[in-house]
Parts: sequence; C-alpha cells; structure tokens
Amino acid sequence: MSLATLTIHELSQKLRQREVSAEEITRDVLGRIESTEGTIHSFITVLREPALEAAKAADERFHREPDPNPLLGIPLAVKDNVITRGIRTTAGSKILDDFLPPYDATVSAKLRAAGAVIIGKTNMDEFAMGSSAENSAFFPTRNPWDTARVPGGSSGGSAAAVAADQCAGALGTDTGGSIRQPAACCGIVGLKPTYGRVSRFGIIAFASSMDQVGPLTKDVTDCALLLEAIAGHDPSDSTSVDRPVPRYSEMLAGGVQGFRVGIPKEYFISGVQPEVERAVGAAIRVFQDHGAIIEEISLPHTEYAVAAYYIVATAEASSNLARYDGMRYGYRARGRDLTETYTLTRAQAFGAEVKRRIILGTYVLSAGYYDAYYLKAQKVRTLIRRDFDEAFSRCDILLTPTAPTTAFRLGEKIKEPLQMYLSDVFTIPANLAGLPALSVPCGFDAAGLPVGLQLIGRHFEESKLLRAAYAYEQATRWGALRPVLESA
Amino acid sequence: MKYQAVIGLEVHAQLLTQSKIFCGCSTRFGAAPNQNTCPVCAGFPGVLPVLNRQVVEFALKAGLATHCRIAESSRFARKNYFYPDLPKGYQISQYDAPICSNGYVEIETREGGVKRVRLTRIHMEEDAGKSIHEARGDASLVDLNRAGVPLLEIVSEPDLHSAAEATAYLKTLRAILQYLEICDGNMEEGSFRCDANVSVRPEGTSSLGTKTELKNLNSFKAVEKALEYEIRRHTEALAAGRSLVQETRLWDAEREATRSMREKELAHDYRYFPDPDLLPVQVDTAWIEKVRSTLPELPGARKQRFIAQYRLPAYDAELLTQRKDVADYFEAASKLGVDPKSISNWIVGDLFRVIKERRLDDRLYITDWPLAPERLAELVQLIGEGKISGKIAKTIFEEMLVSGRPARVIVAQRGLEQISDPASIEKAIDEVLAAHPEQIAQYRAGNEKIIAFLVGRIMKAARGKLHPQKTNELLRQKLDERKR
Repeated sequence: MSLATLTIHELSQKLRQREVSAEEITRDVLGRIESTEGTIHSFITVLREPALEAAKAADERFHREPDPNPLLGIPLAVKDNVITRGIRTTAGSKILDDFLPPYDATVSAKLRAAGAVIIGKTNMDEFAMGSSAENSAFFPTRNPWDTARVPGGSSGGSAAAVAADQCAGALGTDTGGSIRQPAACCGIVGLKPTYGRVSRFGIIAFASSMDQVGPLTKDVTDCALLLEAIAGHDPSDSTSVDRPVPRYSEMLAGGVQGFRVGIPKEYFISGVQPEVERAVGAAIRVFQDHGAIIEEISLPHTEYAVAAYYIVATAEASSNLARYDGMRYGYRARGRDLTETYTLTRAQAFGAEVKRRIILGTYVLSAGYYDAYYLKAQKVRTLIRRDFDEAFSRCDILLTPTAPTTAFRLGEKIKEPLQMYLSDVFTIPANLAGLPALSVPCGFDAAGLPVGLQLIGRHFEESKLLRAAYAYEQATRWGALRPVLESA
Repeated sequence: MKYQAVIGLEVHAQLLTQSKIFCGCSTRFGAAPNQNTCPVCAGFPGVLPVLNRQVVEFALKAGLATHCRIAESSRFARKNYFYPDLPKGYQISQYDAPICSNGYVEIETREGGVKRVRLTRIHMEEDAGKSIHEARGDASLVDLNRAGVPLLEIVSEPDLHSAAEATAYLKTLRAILQYLEICDGNMEEGSFRCDANVSVRPEGTSSLGTKTELKNLNSFKAVEKALEYEIRRHTEALAAGRSLVQETRLWDAEREATRSMREKELAHDYRYFPDPDLLPVQVDTAWIEKVRSTLPELPGARKQRFIAQYRLPAYDAELLTQRKDVADYFEAASKLGVDPKSISNWIVGDLFRVIKERRLDDRLYITDWPLAPERLAELVQLIGEGKISGKIAKTIFEEMLVSGRPARVIVAQRGLEQISDPASIEKAIDEVLAAHPEQIAQYRAGNEKIIAFLVGRIMKAARGKLHPQKTNELLRQKLDERKR
C-alpha cells in the first residue's frame, strides 16, 4: 500500500512509531504527484526540493521531541492564494505570475512551525473567483473521479490533490463555497470555519468580510487536526476572534444522539439533481437512525442570498484588487502614460471572470447606486443572519446538500456565469452569515461522481459540526472510497 | 452692493505617533526613500491593517480640546482611487461615521472680540506616499515612507468671512494641536496642510455662491493671500455680472495668483464603503475621561490666566502663550519671585531672538533652552536688587549663552557688580569733575544738557558699574553745590 493514500492521522501514527520517516512519506507523495499530475494538474508549483528538506528537518525533530505535533512530517498542499514566504504565490493570476512574497501568511507560518511539509501550491480559479478551477490563468484542474469533469472551485487544485492522494491534506479558502463545493465534487471532507476563527493575514483577499481559510482532507479526523493547527487569534488580523481553540480532534466521539438537526426546506428545491436529493435524503435517515431529532425548518430569505452575495463580494473585490496596478510588484504593461499603463496592465493580466466582478463591484459602489445595491445587499445579509439565528434557537446543526449537482463537465458552464454562480447557491448563505459549515461525502450519482452533504453550525461550534460529521462518516464510510486513476 | 465671503477650511494634521496608523513602521521624517515601509503599508497582497490605538487617543485629544461630540462607535471606510503613491488603490479614511463631530474653536477677531468657528468633524485617516516627478526625466519615482502616516482631517463649517479670520482660525487650531503635542504644525514640511473652500455672496443673503476649492496653501501667508485674491476675483465677477464655475484652483505663490487645475475634478467617484478589514472603533466613557484628564490648559485659557495672574498686557500674554514650551518657560521663571513683566520682556526680546537664530522653533517643544528659566530669573533678580544695571545685564545674558555660567558667578568673577554706595560714586564723580572744569562752567551758565556728557564720562571711567540713578542724583547735587 502506498503511503500517499493514507490519512494525516494514519501517517502521524506511523511516524510516531518510527515505522516510516517523513522523508519516505514525502518521496512517496512526490512520486504520486509525478505519476498523476500530468492527468490532474492540481499544482501551480510543486516544491520538490524544499519539501524534501522540510521532511528531513521533520525527521530530526522526531528525534528531539517526545510529543511531536500531529502535523510533523505530514505532506500538505496549500492553495496558491495563501502567501508563502520565498515561494511563488500567484492566486491563479497572470498578474502575480512572478510574485515571490517576502513574508508568510499566519496559517503558512503555523503549518511550518508545526513541522508540516508544504509539498506544493495548488491551482485555483483566479483570485478564488469561480466554481470549477477553470478560471485559473494557468490551466484547468481535472476531477480525479472523471478527468472530463471539473474538480469544483475555487479550491479545485487542493480538492483534486487530496482526492488523488497527491498530498495528505490541503488548505483551501472559502468565500462563497470554495472549500465545500470542490470537496463535494471530489468526494472529500472540507470545512469553512466561522468567520474570525482562522487568521486571514496573508490570504490574498477576494471578499474580506467572508474569506476564510480551512482544511480539505480525506476524513473528518484529519479535518479536525488541521483546523486545530491553523485556528486561533492573530493580532495581525483585527477580524480574527480571541477565543480559545478547542482540541477538536479529541471531541469527535459521542455521536448525534439527541442532536436537533434542522432541514431547511428552501434547500430542497427544483434544480437539484435528483441523485443528490436522494443521497442527502438517505443521509437524513442515517442521522435519524443514530438518534438525531430531525426537524424541517425555514430560512425564508435564502432565495436572495446569491444576489446579495454577488453584490457584497464583488464590491469588496473591486477594492481589494485595486492594488494590482503594475506599480510595485507583479505584471506591468508599458503604456505611454500612467492611465494607459494602468489599463493595459489590468486588461492584459486579469482574466474575464475577474474583470467581470471588478466591473460589477465598481458599479454597485458607484455614486447613485450604492444605496440600491450595496446597502440593500447588507440589509439582506442581516435578514439572512436572522434566519439562521432563528433556526439555531431550535437546532444544533442544519443539514443540506453542499451543491445542487455533482461535478459538471469542463467547459459546460464557463460561458454561462449565472449558471456557474448557482453552483454555490447552498454554500453562500453560511458565508454571508459567517457560520461554520462543512461538506462530507454522502454517496455517488449514477455516473459514479461523489455527492456532498453540508452541515452548518452555530458560530464557533465547529466541534459540534465535526462530531456530527464524524458520526455520519463512521456510519457510512463513503469517504473511504477513492477514485481509481489510470497512472499517466 | 456689498459682498460677503464665506470660507470653510479643511486641515490635514500629521500626527506625532512613533509608528504608522496601520503597521509598525516608523513615521520618522527624513529616512532614505522607501526605508520606512513593510508589506502592509506598501500594499502587498494578503496583508491586513491593524489600528494603532495611539492614533485614536490623539484624535480624542483633538476632539475634546475642540469641544467635539465623541462617537462611541466610529468606523473606517475605503476611499477608492488609483495613483502610484497610493499603494492599495484606496485610502483608509473615515466617511459616514467619523470619531469626532460638532465641535468649535474660539478665535479672536481683529476688533478684540471672540468668534466661535464650528467644526463639522474630525476624522482619522492614513497619508499617501510621495510622488517625485522632477528627479528623472523619463520616469516618476514613488517614496512610500509617508504612506500610512496617521492624519487627522479637521473640517470647519463655512463660518469664516475674511482671509484674516481664516488665518486666525488656522493659527488657533495649530496652537491647540501643538499644545496637545499631537502635531508639530509645520506647514512648509506639510505636517499641517490646509485646503480652503471659498465663495462670495451679496451681504445679507443666506444662500451660498459658487465655490472654489483652493489648494497648495503652504504657509499662513499663502492662505491669507490666496483667499484675498480669490475673494477679490469672485467679488469682481459678481459685480460685473459674470458667472463663476465650481472648480479647484491652485495658489501660485510666485505669481501671487490662483489658477485652475486642469483635472477632471468632478469625475471623481471615490466609492466609499466600510472597510471590512477593520472593526468599528469603540470608545467608552472611561477612555474619554482618561484622555480628558490628560489635556493641558489650552492657549486661549492660558492667555487669559496670564493676564489675570501675572498682570501682563494682553500683547505679552498672547506672545507668551502661542507656544506651550514658551508659556511653560515663562511660568518656570516667574515662580521664582521675580517681576513677571521683566521676565516677559526678556523672553519676547532677547530669548526669542536666540531661538530664531538657533532655529529651535522648528521643534514642537523646546527642552534644551539656551538658558534655563532659573538662570533668566536670577538675572532679572540681580537687576531688581540693584546689583547690576540693565546694560550690564545684556552683557551677562550674552555671556551666559556662551559659558552657561550663572549670572551671579559672572558678576562676581568679572567684578561687574553695580556700585551703589554714595562714597564710591562720589569719588568717581569728583575725579571726573576735577578733569572737566570747562563743562562745570557751562553747566553753571545754564547748559543743563552737559549733565549727560558728564554722566557718560563718569560711567566710562567706572566701566558702567555705577548705579545710574544714584550717579545722576549725586552729580546733580555736587554741581548744584558748586553753583552756590
């Protein structure tokens, strides 16, 4: 059995028991990348030499440290909008093609301090704008379950890398579903933490009021371990919250007996693929069988979520992306004057979707339109938050499909932005409300593509989400099934 | 028809914090270009601002000193525009929820009255970097040392009606900020900058005329002259029935005229929205009261106290209280029991001259005075005691500046003590009189003026040390005796 197929906690146990070395694991995983990357294209940058060095350093630490961190020596992939010191960081954009950051994101520093081996930087939709990884300025990533299909997005590279055993686990970012939807598409576990749970310092901003970093992993235990490693207050991020980080990985057991699980009726609408609906229906019965109390609830403002999201997110993005002006770093076109330099730089180095969102965001913030769009969207956001408050006064967690469909074909939606946007119809509300939400595999459609189950929790109740997901995972073991890849 | 000018001022005051408003970089002036920068203030991808609480504290000081309402919760907003010296493509400022609002500053009018100028708001924001266009022919250069230096923007209501009122307001406001030790007030270096909005309307009407925004006002003189120029330009246009356009105009100090900025000013839409990277700024009553308790006595109040307590003329009190360090110096010297008016004379005269010569007034607060207040008090005391004459005192003052030795020591070492005992003075008089029989005869013939000549001779012989008044009296006595 290849080491690359193992989970973080399995590898960690082998490392502690000195059954394997970190270097052996890393070599195995690098070998796996070599044999599969030509098919999957998960990585923008593979860090072969630095990874081997980090693995050797980890092996030395095993000699010194009596109680090593569970991530010590574990090969992880990091989405390419997470700043890594001295390692090219592009956010999937031509405008940052040659960007070598002189600093680390807080999460990168935490992974390094824990002794994790950063094996590569994963492909993504440019600036995390997209649901298929097709908006990458470099190349599209393929779904390991069917390489004619997308892995979901925007953290498509991270999800595909985990599903294809090109790493033990990965970090992604989620602004409107960018961890959960690709996790669902690739049959793995993905968690978007509560807004403020994980530092955003060094995350290349898309929509600052919703961006969160989170884990993409092979199972729920790994998800808990990785969250533990990256969560916590950061003085460099004013929006990160100063609350103790629970030992999530030690709180998984206990089951869902007596859990009140809310089923929002607005998430079971026409347009949802029947097989997805069937799989989620079966999951509900599993929860019921394990003692959860199922209750249908209503989140009445759900239908406005996508519209509100695309106003708030694009407004913030239009401002966040203004710094890519060709002046201090990144791509610069040579114009005859300042205005031409600006316009050529941004016209040549931003992709179509990024431009579309900058234009939309600029428009909704413009004088005369601000009240009608941005301000109204913020009011909708408040209403959506209240919907959830009301639901959580009666329920411990909410259960929904992660995405309305399984992975679609490459090129299928790229010409229809609105259709693409609707991939996130079920994931967006949690971002608007700042709530933690995860996706866990819950079955397959007729084509053999994975279906994802979304669990949404109260603010800072990741432990409850993880416990419910763990109980479900133990009962079903959908996630244990891995795609079979014809090696290239 | 008579016309009235309506002026409102926008002041940008650079705050004297050690570090920038949203990162730990130094605010020190004069560093090598781009030395005081980091990924945060240089607008790199992924970085986040963290508010420097000292900036809030300084804003509170300014707000409390100008009688503002302090917002319990205020917030930062992004002002979006593209320029190479604006690293993020937006400036973090405050927009719809500033920290201070509805304040006022009291100024003295030329007629000696007090006028209240209302403040619309005071808000916190970051400065931009500096573009340098002249250094190289083929390119502009950008220095981001100033990017992220904290500013207060202080906006007045259009309550000012003349160039003189506008400069009086600016001087008062600057003195307040300097007293609070939150801004050095240097207009030439740009740490205290002013834009003016001016319009003119027929006197007695209440609607506002077309306004001009004036920029590039780098000194009080520029403010005054530019406003005078602009008021004249508006008045002439209105009187001739010509219409004015709303525009931004630059003051050209060399030509002493304003000229229109050829930029599409009105095309700007800054697309303000709340900055999602920063939490609202919460200020509770305890914090406000803590800051209030640290406020110093402000220039206006101190001036009034100086007049009442030290019986100083208003003119002296005004000069002494413009700078906090000078006022502190005056009080330190006066508390030693010497005549306050004499101390004031020395400060306003000789000490101010030395400060100017040594360019000490560039500093916000002088601590290394050329002469300690105790030393000046001692000098004044020696005069008061009749130990030295005013003339000798000037010499001693200069020597104290050089040697730093106390006045009493100099007097003793150089034997400069004034001679007041009648016997010694008489002796000196007699010697001179014996040598000038002709002049005595002239006096007796009725030439009173010859006395001055004789006093001069006597003083010269005694190297100026004789008590002048007593010498005069004794000389007159002796001459009159001889007359009889």
